[in-house]
Amino acid sequence: MKRNNKGKLVPNFTEKYVIIGNSVAAISAIESIRERDKISLLTVVSKEPYFAYSRPLISYYLEGKVKPEKMYYRDKQFYQENNVELILGQEVVKILPEEKNIILSNKKKINYTKLLIACGGKPIVPQIKGVDKENVFTFTTWDEIKHLENVIKKKKEVVVIGAGMIGLKAAESLTNAGLKVTIIELADRVLSTVLDKKSASILHQHLKENKVELITENTVEEITGKGMMVDGVILKNGKRVKTDIVVIAIGIIPNLDLVKSAGIKTNKGILVNEFMQTNIENIYAAGDVTETWDFLYKQNRPIPIWPLAYEQGKIAGTNMAGEKISYHGGLSLNSIEVFNLPLITAGITTVEKDTYEILVKFQPERKMYKKIIIENGKIIGSILINNIERAGIITGLIKDQLDVSNFKNEILEDTFGYIYVPKEYRSKEIMPLEV
Amino acid sequence: MKRIYIKEEYCMGCRLCEIHCLVAHSKSKKIIKAYKEEFPRALPRLIVEQKGPFSFALQCRHCEDAPCIKACLTGAMHREKKTGIVSCNQDKCIGCWMCIMVCPFGVILRDIKEKKVATKCDLCPDEDIPVCVAKCPNEALVYEEK
Amino acid sequence: MKLSFLYPEFQVIRDESKCIQCEVCVRQCAFGVHTYDKDEKKVTSDNLKCVGCHRCATLCPTQALIISRYPQDFRENYNWRKDVIRDIFKQSESGGVLLTSMGCDKEYPIYWDKLLLDASQVTNPSIDPLREPMELRTYLGNKPEKLEFSVKNNSQATVNYKLLTKLSPQLELETPIMFSAMSYGSISYNVCLALAQAAKILGIYYNTGEGGLHKDLYKFGKNTIVQVASGRFGVHSDYLNVAAAIEIKIGQGAKPGIGGHLPGEKVSKEISETRMIPEGTDAISPAPHHDIYSIEDLSQLIFALKEATCYTKPIIVKIAAVHNSASIASGMVRAGADIIALDGVRGGTGAAPTRIRDNVGIPIELALASVDERLRKEGIRHRASIVIAGGIRNSADVVKAIALGADAVYIATSALIACGCHLCQKCYTGKCNWGIATQDPYLMKRINPDIATERLVNLIHAWSLEIKEMLGGMGINAIESLRGNRLRLRGIGLTDTELKLLGVKPAGESL
Repeated sequence: MKRNNKGKLVPNFTEKYVIIGNSVAAISAIESIRERDKISLLTVVSKEPYFAYSRPLISYYLEGKVKPEKMYYRDKQFYQENNVELILGQEVVKILPEEKNIILSNKKKINYTKLLIACGGKPIVPQIKGVDKENVFTFTTWDEIKHLENVIKKKKEVVVIGAGMIGLKAAESLTNAGLKVTIIELADRVLSTVLDKKSASILHQHLKENKVELITENTVEEITGKGMMVDGVILKNGKRVKTDIVVIAIGIIPNLDLVKSAGIKTNKGILVNEFMQTNIENIYAAGDVTETWDFLYKQNRPIPIWPLAYEQGKIAGTNMAGEKISYHGGLSLNSIEVFNLPLITAGITTVEKDTYEILVKFQPERKMYKKIIIENGKIIGSILINNIERAGIITGLIKDQLDVSNFKNEILEDTFGYIYVPKEYRSKEIMPLEV
Repeated sequence: MKRIYIKEEYCMGCRLCEIHCLVAHSKSKKIIKAYKEEFPRALPRLIVEQKGPFSFALQCRHCEDAPCIKACLTGAMHREKKTGIVSCNQDKCIGCWMCIMVCPFGVILRDIKEKKVATKCDLCPDEDIPVCVAKCPNEALVYEEK
Repeated sequence: MKLSFLYPEFQVIRDESKCIQCEVCVRQCAFGVHTYDKDEKKVTSDNLKCVGCHRCATLCPTQALIISRYPQDFRENYNWRKDVIRDIFKQSESGGVLLTSMGCDKEYPIYWDKLLLDASQVTNPSIDPLREPMELRTYLGNKPEKLEFSVKNNSQATVNYKLLTKLSPQLELETPIMFSAMSYGSISYNVCLALAQAAKILGIYYNTGEGGLHKDLYKFGKNTIVQVASGRFGVHSDYLNVAAAIEIKIGQGAKPGIGGHLPGEKVSKEISETRMIPEGTDAISPAPHHDIYSIEDLSQLIFALKEATCYTKPIIVKIAAVHNSASIASGMVRAGADIIALDGVRGGTGAAPTRIRDNVGIPIELALASVDERLRKEGIRHRASIVIAGGIRNSADVVKAIALGADAVYIATSALIACGCHLCQKCYTGKCNWGIATQDPYLMKRINPDIATERLVNLIHAWSLEIKEMLGGMGINAIESLRGNRLRLRGIGLTDTELKLLGVKPAGESL
C-alpha cells in the first residue's frame, strides 16, 4: 500500500492476490479487487474443472430444465476481462503462511501477498455400512450430477437421505426426471431447521400429491446390495426400502481440511473478524467456509447462504485491495420452490420460549402459511409459503430491526405493503422513495 | 442516473400508471388489444400501495448497492453498464425468488404465466421518460437525477 | 317514502368494445356511479347517481365513456318545464330548502353577449401588441382630487419636482383581473395555495373569502386580500396586517341578503382551526353584520380597520348587485371605502338555496353601468375604484367591463374551471370529484397545486394577451384609456331602456 498525491491509501499495484475457490464468494472478491486494482496479479485456484457455475442449478440441470451453457454464473470472457489467471482442476493441498505460499496437488508452489480462502463447504457423509458402494451420491458438484445423470437413465428408484434444502431439491429433480423417490428424514418434518409443524404439514401434503414418499423420524442404518451395487437400505426401525440409488443430502459443513495444518483458527468454520481477516495476517476467508456474526442469534456461526457469501466475498476483496470496510453480520435466509410451491424463510423461525410473540395465518386449502416471530416489538423471523410476494419487505424489517408494534397485524394480510413501513424509516440508505 | 421518485401527497390511487405500464410491456403496445386480446395478459412492473387515503406507486429503485444482484443465484440479475439500470436477464432466470426474498421494497414480481421468471421495472429503456411518469394525471411521479 | 319520482339526470354511455374493465372510473367516482360486477366481470354504471362531472370520462384511458343527458321526456310544456317538475318532486320527498352551487344558470339576458367592441380603421390606426408596449397595469384605491407639486429651481438651472399630495394606499395589478373570494372550507387547501401562488407569479391578488387565512399561506400576504364577512371567521390582528387589502363583505352576488353557508361535512380539523369554530359544525354566517345597521356603522367599521392597519391598506367593500346598488355604492364611497366590489347575479358559490341564487340580484353589467354613472354624476368617481364580479367568462367580458367603467374584474368560476371544475353544481355535497370543493382527504389529493398554479397562470396570461389584442385593435395602448369609455361599445339586440341604462349607443349609430 502507498499514499497517492492526495494522501489516500491506494494499492501499490504489486500485490499478488490468490483466491482458493471459484464460486460466488470468489467471483464477488474478484470484482471488488478489480474495481480498485486492475494491475496486480490475481490467481484463482479451483478444484473443479469449470468456470464459475451456479451450484444450486445442478438440480435444474439434472432434470433438463437448464442447459449446460446456462449453468455459468458469469459469461465466458469474465476471467479474461478481469485479468485473472485461472487454474482449474487443481486442489490446494497445503498453505504455508510463513513463506506466503500455497502448494497445489501437482506440487506447484504459488506465492501470494494476499490470500483468500473461499473453498466453501463439504457434504456430511455418515459412516454407515455400504456408504462406499457405487450409485451412492452426495448432491454437490456438477461432475457428480453428470455421473448421476447417466446412472438414472437405467434406474427406477432413489432413496434420498435428508429432507433439508438440498434433499428436497434432489427429490424434486429426480422425480421430474422420472424416478420414484423416497425421502428418509431424521426429524418429524421436512426442513426441520426452518419450518414448524404446521408449515411443514403443507409441504408434506404437497410432496404426497407429487408422488414423493416421505418417511420421517427415521434414518438409514445400512446400504445393502451385492458387491458394489445398491439394491436397498435398512432403516433404524428395521424397515427395508428397495432402491437402486442413494443420494445423501444430510447437510454441508465448512471444508476445513486445508486450513488445520496452517495454524488458521477455526471453530465450526474459519474464524474471521469484521474485515474478513483470519488470525493470520494477509489471509482472508469468505463464504460457506467461514463462521460469521449472526445478528439475530447474536453469535458467530456458519451461515452457508448465497447472498451472504457474495457480500462476504465483496468485503474480503475490498479489504484485500486496501480499502477498509466492515461486515455487519448476516442472518439466515432461504428461498426454495418445491414442485412449484414457493417458500421463503428469514431469521429465527423456530422458537421454544413463550417470551416471543408469534403471529400466524394458516390457510391449508390455499397452501398458504404466514408466520412472523416478534421479540420486543421487532421481527426476528418469518416463514412464508405460497404467498411470497413482498417477502423482501419483511426481510428488510428484520435487518433494520424496526419496531412493528403499530402494524404487526397488517403484515399477515394479503394487502400488506411498503406503505405500512412508517415514513421516517423507509430505506433511505438503500434508495429514497421521494425526491 | 435518473430514477423515478414519488410525490406521495399527489397520488390519488387511480392506477393509470399500472395500466400504462402493462400496455408498455405488452406485445401489441396498444391498450385495447393488450387488455382484450392478449393471453396471458402482460404484467405491470409497479405496485400501487394503498392504505386509507394514502397511496403511491412503488417500483424498482435501481439501487446503487442492489441486494437483488447479490442474491441472484444465476447471475441473471445484473446492472447494465451503459445505463446503470438493474435488469433481469429472463433467459438466465430460473425463478428461484432469492431476489424477492431480499428486496426491501418488495418490488420484484413473479411472472409465472409462461416461464417462471422474476420481473420488475426496467425504466422503459425504449421511451424518453418512463410511461408511468408520463401518464400520471396528477404528476405524482417524477423522473429525475438526484 | 318507498317510491322516488326522481329519475336519472345523466346517463353513462359505455362503449363496451373500448372498455377494458380497468376500474379507473370505479375508483374515481366519489358518487359511486360505477361498480365492478365480479360475476359478470364487467364494470356497470348506476345512472341515478351521476351528476355529470365528467371525471370518469376524462380519466378513462380508452375514452370509452360518454356522459349525456338522460332522455326522459315529458310532454312538451312551456310552463311546467322538466326542471320545475323535478324540483317539486325533490321538495315533496325532502321537505327542505333546495340547495345548489355555483352561479345562476337560468336564461336571463347576458349583456356581455349583446355588447360589441370598436376597432380602429383609417383615422385612428390600430396598434400591434406584439411590436409595441401595452400598459395593462392598474392601480386600485382612492385617487386624490388633484396633485400638488412643489417646484424648486436650483442652481444648475434644472427644476426639481416633489409630490406634496399624500397618496392613499393602492393595490398594484399587472393586469386588471383578480381572483375573487372563495373561502377555505368551500374549496380545498390545495386550490387556495394554487390561487395564492398564481397571484404572486402574475402580480395580481387573490381573495381569502370568509374562511380565514391558513397559516401556511401567510407568506403570500403581499398578494392576499382578506375578507371580513358577517361571521367574522378567522379575523384577528395578524390576519388583517399580513394582507395587502381588507374586504368587508356586505353581500354576495349568488345569494344577496343572506350569509355564507358551509355544511358541517366540510368542517374538518384544519378548517375549524382556521375559521376558529368547532369541528363538524355548520358554519352559517348571519345575513347582516350585526354591527352594521346603517351607513354610519359601515363607516365606523371601515375606519376601525384602517386604524387597526395604520392606514397602510386599502379597504374594499363588497356588495351584491341589487336594485339600489347605485345609491348604496354612493354611500359606501362617502363612508370611506377605497374600492367598491360589485357582485352580480351570475356569481358562483359553494352552497346557496336554489331560489335565492336564481331569483335575487341583477346582472352585473347593469349594476356596473348605473354605479359608474352615479358616482361620476356626483363627482366622487375618483374616490373609489370599482371592481366587478359575477360570471366573467373570457377576456372579451373583461374588456367590455372596463369600457363600461370598471377598474378591474374579479373571476372565480373561470378560475375553478381552469383547475378542473365541470360545473356539475354539487359542491354543497362535499364530494367534488375534481378535488376542488371538498375537504375529503381522498379527494383533496386530486388537485396538484403546481399543476393548478400553472393552469391559472396560463389562463390569466392568455386573457391578458387577448386584452392587449383587443385594445390594440381599438388603437389604445393603455387600459386607462378604455376605462369608462362607453363610446367604444355598441349595443346589439338591446331595447332603448337597456341602451339608456348601459349608457351605450346601438350598433349602427356613429359617434
